[in-house]
Amino acid sequence: MLDQAIFYLFAGVAVVSAILTVTRRNAVHSAIFLITALLATAGIFLELRAEFLFIVQIILYVGGIMVLFVFVIMLVNLDVAVRQLQFARQKWVGLLISLALAAQVGLMLWSSRKIPGQGVPVLNAVPADKLPPNSEEVAKSLFSSYLLPFEIASVLLLVAMIGAVVMAKKRT
Amino acid sequence: MLPIGHYLFLGLALFIIGAIGVVTRRNVIVILMSIELILNAVNINLVAFSRLYGDVAGQVFALFIIADAAAEAAVGLGIIIAFFRNRETVLEDEMDLLKW
Repeated sequence: MLDQAIFYLFAGVAVVSAILTVTRRNAVHSAIFLITALLATAGIFLELRAEFLFIVQIILYVGGIMVLFVFVIMLVNLDVAVRQLQFARQKWVGLLISLALAAQVGLMLWSSRKIPGQGVPVLNAVPADKLPPNSEEVAKSLFSSYLLPFEIASVLLLVAMIGAVVMAKKRT
Repeated sequence: MLPIGHYLFLGLALFIIGAIGVVTRRNVIVILMSIELILNAVNINLVAFSRLYGDVAGQVFALFIIADAAAEAAVGLGIIIAFFRNRETVLEDEMDLLKW
């Protein structure tokens, strides 16, 4: 019961602020609503008992990536862009195709739950008080089964860092 | 825990909103934010299935997706700054150097 209330609260906040993110004219407002959407997603992670991801989502997304976004919005002068046309010329085609995709996937999810044994599985999840400590489990999995992807991710971050520095550097 | 379908529909809704933002907005910074929304929708699905099966691998993959999102945001915003310095615009339909 409490799970349901928390889920619907955070899901509502996430969907509403996502819609506001893509419709607000001012990019700073979009960034702030994106922060709310990401925080609501963090709440859903907590409701799913993924405590480590909850903390990572807040520290890395809201604290790191969004600061980067707001910083770039301040560097790039957007006063001109606010007064210009907000949506691209292909907006109606894009909206139509996106909604068609939504209808397709939604119909698939909706119809597959009635087929026993073939659709989206309906299992009984492990009760919350029987779960092992989350951070410990994530660390064990990350540093044993997924050690190579972990190292590759670190190389990727290094490459991204060098690439960002080189591209944002002033040409002399 | 709720049925898994609730989480899948929430992920679908966020994904579609992000996709609409990518294809309809003109401002490149908002397009990058919409991509972040899409990556988040994927993370919700991964974590929900990880909880459903009691396997922590889904959360590990969500971590990798967050790291990818950080790398993508850094490089994308670097490109935007470099482009703004050259062309004085952040609108995607004015980025037409390769069009003819």
